[in-house]
Amino acid sequence: MELYALTIHELQDRLRAGETTAEALTRAVFKRIRAVESDVHAYITLLEEPALAQADRADRAIRDGDLRALTGIPIALKDVFCTRGFRTTCGSRILENFVPPYDATVVEKLAAAGAVFTGKTNMDEFAMGSSTETSYFGLTRNPWDLDRIPGGSSGGSAAAVAADECIAALGSDTGGSIRQPAALCGVVGLKPTYGRVSRYGLVAFASSLDQIGPFTKDVEDAAILMNVIAGYDPRESTSVPEDVPDYRAFLGRGIDGWTVGIPKEYFVAGLDPEVERAVRDAIGVIEGLGARCVEVSLPHTEHCLAVYYIVAPAEASSNLARYDGVRYGYRSPDGRDLMEMFKKSRSAGFGAEVKRRIMLGTYALSSGYYDAYYKKASQVRALIKNDFDTAFRTCDALVTPTTPTPAFRIGEKTDDPLQMYLSDILTISTNLAGIPGISVPCGYTAAGLPVGVQFQTAHFAEGKLFRIAAAFEKHANFTKRRPKL
Amino acid sequence: MKITRAEVEHVAHLARLEFDEAETEKFTSQLNDILLYMDKLNQVETRDVAPMTHAIARTNAFREDRVRKSLPLEQALANAPDPRGEFFRVPKVIE
Repeated sequence: MELYALTIHELQDRLRAGETTAEALTRAVFKRIRAVESDVHAYITLLEEPALAQADRADRAIRDGDLRALTGIPIALKDVFCTRGFRTTCGSRILENFVPPYDATVVEKLAAAGAVFTGKTNMDEFAMGSSTETSYFGLTRNPWDLDRIPGGSSGGSAAAVAADECIAALGSDTGGSIRQPAALCGVVGLKPTYGRVSRYGLVAFASSLDQIGPFTKDVEDAAILMNVIAGYDPRESTSVPEDVPDYRAFLGRGIDGWTVGIPKEYFVAGLDPEVERAVRDAIGVIEGLGARCVEVSLPHTEHCLAVYYIVAPAEASSNLARYDGVRYGYRSPDGRDLMEMFKKSRSAGFGAEVKRRIMLGTYALSSGYYDAYYKKASQVRALIKNDFDTAFRTCDALVTPTTPTPAFRIGEKTDDPLQMYLSDILTISTNLAGIPGISVPCGYTAAGLPVGVQFQTAHFAEGKLFRIAAAFEKHANFTKRRPKL
Repeated sequence: MKITRAEVEHVAHLARLEFDEAETEKFTSQLNDILLYMDKLNQVETRDVAPMTHAIARTNAFREDRVRKSLPLEQALANAPDPRGEFFRVPKVIE
């Protein structure tokens, strides 16, 4: 098996045993990138030279006996994380030439653990989208079927892992932007509890929802990455000072005697029959592992989408006010006065979906409409969170499909924003409630497209999430299949 | 109609955006569709429900008010479209 096709833990064993080197591994990954990137286009910026320098440092560290959690492991970063000295575009023209003067906390932590950074992956502009079609730098294709989207907004990270253009990747998830593309690309994707991972240096989209998490080839690798990135950060006031357990320790514990909830509202009209069959089979596997599966109700589920598309754009309209052409980012040369410069810079710098959400959010927050939209949405959000709190009083975990359909065709939903928004319908509740969720491959359609199952647990119960995800993965064994490229 | 053309133009100004005729037309129609969908929320009784402001219940996160190293000037200006000396230069603000 080629080095680029292996997992973090498999590669660590080989690096430790001296069977390969970080340099050989990094070169193998870049060789793979050169072979498939013209088809997939997972990256906005490749960082081969700095990666080889990092690999060299990793090899010296290994020789010195200093093998850390990620020493020599090639990891891709969604282009939403600030990387000191390397441009960070957010998939937007407005940040096309932005070179951050500092590293995001997650980037610092990965680097301190010995990681090698392959590059910055493609994404929907400012993480607003479900298909990676709104990037200013062109779209990413699904490695399983190049006529289809990889999901979004972290589509580049998901596709890069699926196509073996890196060993693992980081993404951000505001309404499903890790789990949805993970499901559609047949990899593992985890959104941690709100506050579990520091967002310092993550370009903000919707601050009450955004969270950073890993894309990996299996569940164990997700635990390895979470061990590195989780934890309190004094520079990030919403990060939570809770202890970080060793997530790897949960992997083999199983779920015997658990109660697992099946929310009935997630198995309704619009769910693709092949997706439903794969997820029902997954529920069978969960029962076979000694868990009792019970139907539960999350009665406010049908309102999640409306709440999300008020709260997220409202927060985005405020967060994106900083792009004014003054301190950084694109400035239009045509502004004769300050107001004209603002308007022309923003109008030329942002794409259509970003403008649509800024408009929606500005409207929802504007005088006379605040109560009807933002306040109402925040009240219903409290009810949605309450539904989950109630469910987790009796359930150890919940199981649902990650997406209502497999990957759709490129261009299929670009003209109908509401249809596009519906592809996140099964993932956004996790963000609204602030709980953790993971998507794990659970089968393939007749056409060979991956299907993902989503597990959710209570706040800070990532340990339980790893128990059920690892137990399922071991017995269902779908994470080994790779796309033919 | 949930939102009129005139309102779209007003909101665009608030958001410091500008659109041509065709874009304004398209945004008005798309925002209408989206806002009509939002009407679903009116079915939910929320009279005694406190709005949720944070996913994790926390009090304010205070830190000590201590002087620390900040971004050096040249780095703070490095990404500026039009830096001059120690300043960000902008088009004329006042007549």
